[in-house]
Amino acid sequence: MVSAIVFTPLFAALILLMLPPEDEEGARRLAFGASLLTFVISLGLLAKFESGTADFQFVERFAWITDFGIQYHVGVDGISLFLVLLTTFLMPLVLLASWDDVHKHVKEYLFFFLLLETGMVGTFVALDMFLFYVFWEVMLIPMYFLIGVWGGPRRIYAAIKFLLYTMVGSLLMLVAILYLAYQYNAQHQTVTFDLLRLYDLKLSLIEQKWLFAAFALSFAIKVPLFPFHTWLPDAHVEAPTGGSVILAGVLLKMGTYGFVRFAIPLFPEAAHAAVPIIMALAVIGIVYGALVAMVQPDLKKLVAYSSVSHLGFVVLGLFAFNVQGVEGAVYQMLNHGLSTGALFLLVGVIYERRHTRLISEYGGLWKQVPLYASIFMVVMLSSIGLPGLNGFVGEFLILLGTFRANPLAAILAVSGVVLGAVYMLWMYQRVIFGPITNEENAKLVDLSRREVMIFVPLLAMMLFMGLYPRPLLTRMEKSVEATLARVNVLRQASPEQSRRAQHEQLPNSIGATHASPLQTAPKLIAER
Amino acid sequence: MEHAHATLPTVVHTVSYLRFIVLFPLLGVLFNIFLGQRLGRRAVNYVAPGMVLLSFLLAFVAFLRLPADGILVDVVWPWITSGSFQVDFALRLDPLSATMVLVVTGVGFLIHVYSAGYMAHDEDVARYFAYLNLFTTAMLLLVLGANLLLLFVGWEGVGLCSYLLIGFWYTDDEKASAGKKAFIVNRIGDAGFLLGLFLLFWSLGEKGVWTLSFSEIQAHASALSVNTVTAICLLLFVGATGKSAQIPLYVWLPDAMAGPTPVSALIHAATMVTAGVYLIARLHFLYSLSATALAVVAIVGTATALFAASIALVQTDIKKVLAYSTVSQLGYMFLGLGVGAYSAGVFHLMTHAFFKALLFLGAGSVIHGMSDEQDIRKMGGLKDKMPITWGTFLVACLAIAGFPGFSGFFSKDLILEEAFVSEHGSWLLWLAGTIGAGMTAFYMFRLLFVTFYGKTRASHDVAHHIHESPVSMTCPLVVLAVLAFVGGYFSLLRFLSPIFGEPHEAPVPFFIKQLPTLAGLSGIGLAYQMYVRDPGMAERLAQQFSGLHQLLANKYYVDEIYDAIIVQPVVAASNWLWQVWDTLVIDGTVNGTAHTMEANGLLLRLWQTGNVQNYALSFLVGAIVILGYYIW
Repeated sequence: MVSAIVFTPLFAALILLMLPPEDEEGARRLAFGASLLTFVISLGLLAKFESGTADFQFVERFAWITDFGIQYHVGVDGISLFLVLLTTFLMPLVLLASWDDVHKHVKEYLFFFLLLETGMVGTFVALDMFLFYVFWEVMLIPMYFLIGVWGGPRRIYAAIKFLLYTMVGSLLMLVAILYLAYQYNAQHQTVTFDLLRLYDLKLSLIEQKWLFAAFALSFAIKVPLFPFHTWLPDAHVEAPTGGSVILAGVLLKMGTYGFVRFAIPLFPEAAHAAVPIIMALAVIGIVYGALVAMVQPDLKKLVAYSSVSHLGFVVLGLFAFNVQGVEGAVYQMLNHGLSTGALFLLVGVIYERRHTRLISEYGGLWKQVPLYASIFMVVMLSSIGLPGLNGFVGEFLILLGTFRANPLAAILAVSGVVLGAVYMLWMYQRVIFGPITNEENAKLVDLSRREVMIFVPLLAMMLFMGLYPRPLLTRMEKSVEATLARVNVLRQASPEQSRRAQHEQLPNSIGATHASPLQTAPKLIAER
Repeated sequence: MEHAHATLPTVVHTVSYLRFIVLFPLLGVLFNIFLGQRLGRRAVNYVAPGMVLLSFLLAFVAFLRLPADGILVDVVWPWITSGSFQVDFALRLDPLSATMVLVVTGVGFLIHVYSAGYMAHDEDVARYFAYLNLFTTAMLLLVLGANLLLLFVGWEGVGLCSYLLIGFWYTDDEKASAGKKAFIVNRIGDAGFLLGLFLLFWSLGEKGVWTLSFSEIQAHASALSVNTVTAICLLLFVGATGKSAQIPLYVWLPDAMAGPTPVSALIHAATMVTAGVYLIARLHFLYSLSATALAVVAIVGTATALFAASIALVQTDIKKVLAYSTVSQLGYMFLGLGVGAYSAGVFHLMTHAFFKALLFLGAGSVIHGMSDEQDIRKMGGLKDKMPITWGTFLVACLAIAGFPGFSGFFSKDLILEEAFVSEHGSWLLWLAGTIGAGMTAFYMFRLLFVTFYGKTRASHDVAHHIHESPVSMTCPLVVLAVLAFVGGYFSLLRFLSPIFGEPHEAPVPFFIKQLPTLAGLSGIGLAYQMYVRDPGMAERLAQQFSGLHQLLANKYYVDEIYDAIIVQPVVAASNWLWQVWDTLVIDGTVNGTAHTMEANGLLLRLWQTGNVQNYALSFLVGAIVILGYYIW
């Protein structure tokens, strides 16, 4: 089933190439249909997923390049499950959104999108390091072309900047992957790239640090973590709407996913050593991204910088190394995919009509396009983490987890919650409220039926994830705990276990029977 | 009078109808959004208030069925579960939340009815009622939430509705800005709230208790160290100063008067702004553990009460006077809480909801009759043309001024007595509160006299149109006037005793008991002298003390100071970060290194040409600096 999700888009992409070039409508239908089919198949994953285990499910595995022990090995757990779903969910919406938007080389545009989907899903499900790397690189090419061909005026600059930043990171990562396989061979006399086996590799601290650094740099660029973020605003501004949505909605998650799947569990001690630096960068990113977003004159740049801020939260949660922080981070990845994806779609809607993204060009839109304004309002509130909508659950859990790991970081990060409201509300006011000052805006037409169809599923998910997060959180829980167990924080120190200990030793004096997680965690690391 | 140790209402009765109290207004929201435009004004005017009425009736039934020995709890669904963190979507009715629910739905219903008349000429009435119903939903969630997180959900929800309703007439940029300001200032408070919540959760967790539910917090609060409790209480109080407009976060409330007047009555007088008071009353068992936290609450409350009252003395916009008055009265409630007289604080919350809602609705009636004029200098002589508005306004003024027999007399006097005799009190707090009481009476009667007495100062056109408001508006005025009078006779203290403990009388010295009333009467007398008997006197005084008058009229320039020391620097810093740091330093390093290398021909030997490689290499250099620090 997993392979079907990975390769359906690729298959459709290949068929697409065989269609006659003038049949644009047919190509659109085919691509949309394929992405919809992929989504439906991925719902099967959700239906059959067992939440009681941390094991990878729907595993498919067979030898690929036997001489180097490279396998085709894919599967999902509670973390990747929802990222796959996010990808397959966003894809049809994006294709629907670019229905009237893109008229240049339609077939190629769709081809690259479908190829991109294969790359993205593959990256999330790959359990073989080499396979992962292949998918990781497969993603880059279509995105490069999507920006470089269908982008704005400075698209070449932006596309190259995007490619280079990402390539630099991924080359280092490749070296690190090869080193891992080499070490495994040295220790076990077999070559393998199997992630699950590499988890058990024994590495000295200094080795870990180097390898972690190589992975972390690659992922930090992708996230992007401050100060590796300057490719992002350029890429977003130049990318076509669909490209921005996928870039923000899914591609950025590759970085955070990479941390939680690879960098952290493979090199736990190094990850611990890096906590102060990464937390500091994350907090700086949160505040910095929000402040810079506040003064952006361009809507897309504003949303791009807000991503820097939001992804800072995700990284902060991951490096809190407790259940709440990591679950919140995974949840926030999904939230960000929905709300920032929706924000880019909304910007795309008015860009398509007015061909400008400057905030100062707008104002007073509510009067003219009330439906658009109302949907914009909900998306904005989701983005600033209003309770009842999805953003709150993730942000709250992240801050809760961070507060335990490092209260100072939480205190600083909370200011991001305030600033988030500042830049969003200010932008919204300038675009939507006030009198209509620009005559052009008086001619705007409200959302078409097709456009409404794009936003309804997004809004429905925002509400659902805000009101009833449990189905998602319970499916994540075991996998998150397993990851944390590898980082060795959870063992003996989890709240559950302390609670269990509490119950067993209830007659003893409360609180004295066990040390707090905060105190035990560093000790465990030191002992290891 | 002292409170005995609070007894725990231990028996939990599980019911499943409390959810409908919240659900009815939510149905109203959906109706207004999806059908409001189509079915038209009449349908909206019935459905929106009707849903709130249903809530009120159901709440009243629940109130009657509230057992003497326990509380009602309705667990709707498990909300967030993450490791040890488990929070249910659960509602709880006890004497405290019952009081709040009845005030919210009762006063809320009257204001919904009034709104139907007030908004009769606004084309966007469906949107208005959608927001107002949504506010009611969120406020009910706030007061009914059985745990701190659900309270926070309501807390943010009412903030959102406040934002939407202040900026309801969005085409006016100033109104939209006022809404934004309210939201952002509240968010600053919320940051404190969240941190307090985190600290509370983890501190209890260290004791093996993983909960945010009020009952369990109460059961285990004593396990926490005093310093931890103090920190938690102060952080939560930051949130309260935001929502309940206390120093230093009160600045949004006067601006919030940009919203439609019924909104000011419901949200910015009777209900939402009391959320901070409710929060502290709800968590009284924590505050009682920390004398420091209580002292801070009392001092901030008293300072705000005096500070805002002094500004109200000279304001000329009818709604601004009432806004500062609200800030000031909220200060009194915090004074009550801060001296440990929780039930007195909640008592004043209730009476204030009656008389302040009445004052705002009366002001709305005046504004309505005066063709949207809000400047009291252009009013005068309305007594005969708007007799119902005048009569009910007078009742409200007597109530807030603490005139004997009226509701405010009972609640305010109780707070001031407690401020004197309580172990957490002090004669200074009492004195400040008493001076404030005199000021309150003065500015309220100044408002009454300037608006309703003397000769009209309106232009001929406006004066010609002055009329009494329609029945849908005057009816709520009359009902609220009755409540503003009799509200003081509700035996709320006894009703709340399962929560806060039995009140037991402590002897209060005669002068301490009588002086606040005397101060109030003197305030009324002074206002009468200055604005009825000798109308020129106020003007002469303003000229004589023009410096002081300017200072008060300009609200101590606090907005200007905040702008200069916070807003402007943050914006400037952000611009600098973007244009200098992001563009020049980070991007410049990337590009610049590339160019230098190119000039030296280093790269040309390694690769062919072009930007591509330059970036890659220069980027590596930068990255290595960071990595180097980390590895060695």
